[in-house]
Amino acid sequence: MILSVAGKMPMRSIRFLALKELYHILRDPRSLAIAIAMPLLMTFLYGYAVSLDINNVVISVIDYDQTAESRQLIDYYYRSTYFGPADYEPDRSDPEGILRRGDAIAILTIKSGLATALENGQEFELGLLIDGSDNTLAAAVQGYSEGVVNSYLMDRMPPGMKMPGISISNQVLFNPDLESSHFFVPGLLAIILMMISALLTSITIAREKETGTMEQLLTAPVSPMAILIGKIIPYIFLAFLDGALILVLARILFDIPFAGSGLLLVGFGLIYVSAALSIGILISSLVKTQQVAMMLALIMTMLPSVMLSGFIFQIKNMPTFLKIISDIVPAKFFLIVIRGILLKGAGIQTLGIQAVYLLILMTILIIIAALKFKTKVD
Amino acid sequence: MNNHAVEINDLSCHFGSFKAVDRISLTVEQGEIFGFLGANGAGKTTAIRMLCGLLIPSGGGGQVAGFDILKQSEEIKKNIGYMSQKFSLYPDLTGRENLNFYGAAYGLDKKQILARTEELSNRLQLAEFIDRPTLSLPVGWRQRLALAASLLHKPKILFLDEPTGGVDPVFRRKFWQILYQLAEEGVTIFVTTHYMDEAAYCQRISVMHRGQIILRGKPYDLIEQHRAANLEELFIDLIRGRENADA
Ligand SMILES: Nc1ncnc2c1ncn2[C@@H]1O[C@H](COP(=O)(O)OP(=O)(O)OP(=O)(O)O)[C@@H](O)[C@H]1O
Ligand SMILES: [Mg+2]
Repeated sequence: MILSVAGKMPMRSIRFLALKELYHILRDPRSLAIAIAMPLLMTFLYGYAVSLDINNVVISVIDYDQTAESRQLIDYYYRSTYFGPADYEPDRSDPEGILRRGDAIAILTIKSGLATALENGQEFELGLLIDGSDNTLAAAVQGYSEGVVNSYLMDRMPPGMKMPGISISNQVLFNPDLESSHFFVPGLLAIILMMISALLTSITIAREKETGTMEQLLTAPVSPMAILIGKIIPYIFLAFLDGALILVLARILFDIPFAGSGLLLVGFGLIYVSAALSIGILISSLVKTQQVAMMLALIMTMLPSVMLSGFIFQIKNMPTFLKIISDIVPAKFFLIVIRGILLKGAGIQTLGIQAVYLLILMTILIIIAALKFKTKVD
Repeated sequence: MNNHAVEINDLSCHFGSFKAVDRISLTVEQGEIFGFLGANGAGKTTAIRMLCGLLIPSGGGGQVAGFDILKQSEEIKKNIGYMSQKFSLYPDLTGRENLNFYGAAYGLDKKQILARTEELSNRLQLAEFIDRPTLSLPVGWRQRLALAASLLHKPKILFLDEPTGGVDPVFRRKFWQILYQLAEEGVTIFVTTHYMDEAAYCQRISVMHRGQIILRGKPYDLIEQHRAANLEELFIDLIRGRENADA
C-alpha cells in the first residue's frame, strides 16, 4: 500500500518543495541560528553550567584509615571550592540517614589501608555514597570527586612514577538509575530534536499561510500530502544533523559515552522525530501566523519536553495528574531510550516498552496531523 | 457540455451566519476579459477562491474549464492560473527560483520550465530582474513575476485577484496590454479590480455588493442604460441607492 501511494507521489514536486525549503533555511539567518547555533550553544552552556554549578557541596568523610595520607586526601577535598565539610560530626553508624536528612550530599568512606596502598602502588577503592535525588548535582559530585582524587595523586607522585590504582566506587542513593555524570546530554538531545521538528515546521507552514504562498500552492495540481512531505524532509535531515552535532560535541567536551547501538538510536530517532513533526503540523493547522505558531509550539512541545520528561524533574516525585500528562509527552519515553542506549548500552529487549509507547504516540499524532492539515484556506 | 469558460449558478459561501457570497450566478466566455468589481469586503476574493478549489461552497455549483467545481477541483487546477490578492512569491528566492519552484509544483519538467521561463521573461520584460531576490523588487515588477508564475503551465483561464493593487499607472497600463495579448491568444481572464479605468478595459463586468451581484453587462452599455457620465458615477449612485434602500 505504501508503495502504491509512493508511486503516485509526484517525486519531482516533492524534491523541489524540499529544495525550496532548504533555501529558506539557508537564507534566513534566524532559522539557521535556531537550527544550528542554538543546539550547539545549549549543549555548551548546559554542559558547563552543570559542571560549574557545584560550589561548597557538603561532603562528610568517614575515615577508617586515620593516617597522614588519608587526612591529606580529606584536606584536598575541603580545600577545593567544590566541596565543604558538614557543620558537625556525622553519625557514622547510619550513613543513609545523613543523606536522607540532608546533612550532607555525599559521604566519602576511606577504608583502612590507603596509606599502605599508596606506598606499595596497590589498587585501592574509595567509597562515595551520593544523594541522587538531584541527578545533575549527583553527576557533578561524581565528576569532581574524581578530579580531586586525581589531583591529589598527581601532586603526591613524583613525575615518572607509576600511579597507584586508586578508584572511587560510586553508589547513588534514592535514584539508582543515575549511573553517569552525563545526564544532561540525552535530555538535551530529546529537547532539541523536538524543537527543530515541531517548532521549525510549525513556523514554516504558518509562514506560508501568513504570506499567502500556501494559497498559491494549493491552486497548483500538487497534492497537499506532497506539499507536506516536501516541507518536512529538510527538517528530518536537520534534526539528525543536529543530533549528530550534539553527540559529537558532547563527546569532545564532556566525554559522554556511547555504549549502545547507533542504528537503534537512529531508529528510535526516526519515530520520535515523526511524532514531533506531526505535532508541528498540527500546531500549524491551528494558527494563522508565525508568531502564534511559535508561542504554541513552545507551550505544547518545549515546555512539556523540559518539565515533564524527567529531564530536570523526576517524574516519580510529581503529583498524579502531572504523571498522567507526562505519559503523552514523547520526550519522556525518548529520554529513557536515549539514556539507556548512550549510557547503559541498552538494547531493544530492555527498550521494547518505550518503543511500543513511542510508536503508539507517533501513530496517533500522525493521524491527527493528517486529518487536520487543511487543503482549503479559510 | 457547453463551452463557457466559467459558469456558476446560485453559488454561496457562508461563514457562520454571515453570507460572504450569496447566491451569485454568472457565465464567462472563452477568451473574454471579465471584470469582477465591488467595494472592500463585497465577496470577490471569496468567490474566486471557490472557483479555484480553495474553498468549498456552502451552496450552489458550477463549472470551470468544463469541470465541476464541487467534484473535479484537481482537473480544474491543471487548467487555471491564479494570482492571489496577496503577493505570493517567496521573497527570499529569486524570480527564477520562484518560477522553477512553481513550475515543478505544476508538474512541468526541467526543459519545459526553462523554455517557459525564457519565453515569459522576454514577453514580460523580466530579464533584468529575474535573478534578484523578489523581496528587493519594486511592486510592479513583483506582480509581473507573479503573473509569469501563474502562466507557466499555459492555463486556459487566468484568475487575477486585484493584480494591479498598489501599482503606478504606467505599470498598470503595461499590465493590461499583456492581459489583452493573452486574451487574443484565447486565454480567458477573470479579473477583480478597484480601479474604474480598468473596469472600462473589460469586455463585460459584474459588480458585487455585500455578497450579491447587483449589476452586470458591457461597460459602455451600462453607462448608456443608466445615463451615467462614467462607470465611477454609476457605481457610486448604485451603491448609495442600495444603502438607502437597506436603511
Ligand atoms: N474565512 C473567513 N471567515 C469569516 N469571514 C470571512 C472569511 N473570509 C472572508 N470573510 C469575510 O467575507 C467578506 C468578503 O470578503 P472578501 O475577501 O471575499 O471580499 P473582497 O471583495 O475580496 O474584498 P477586498 O476588496 O477587500 O479584497 C468580508 O467581510 C470578510 O471579512
Ligand atoms: Mg479580495
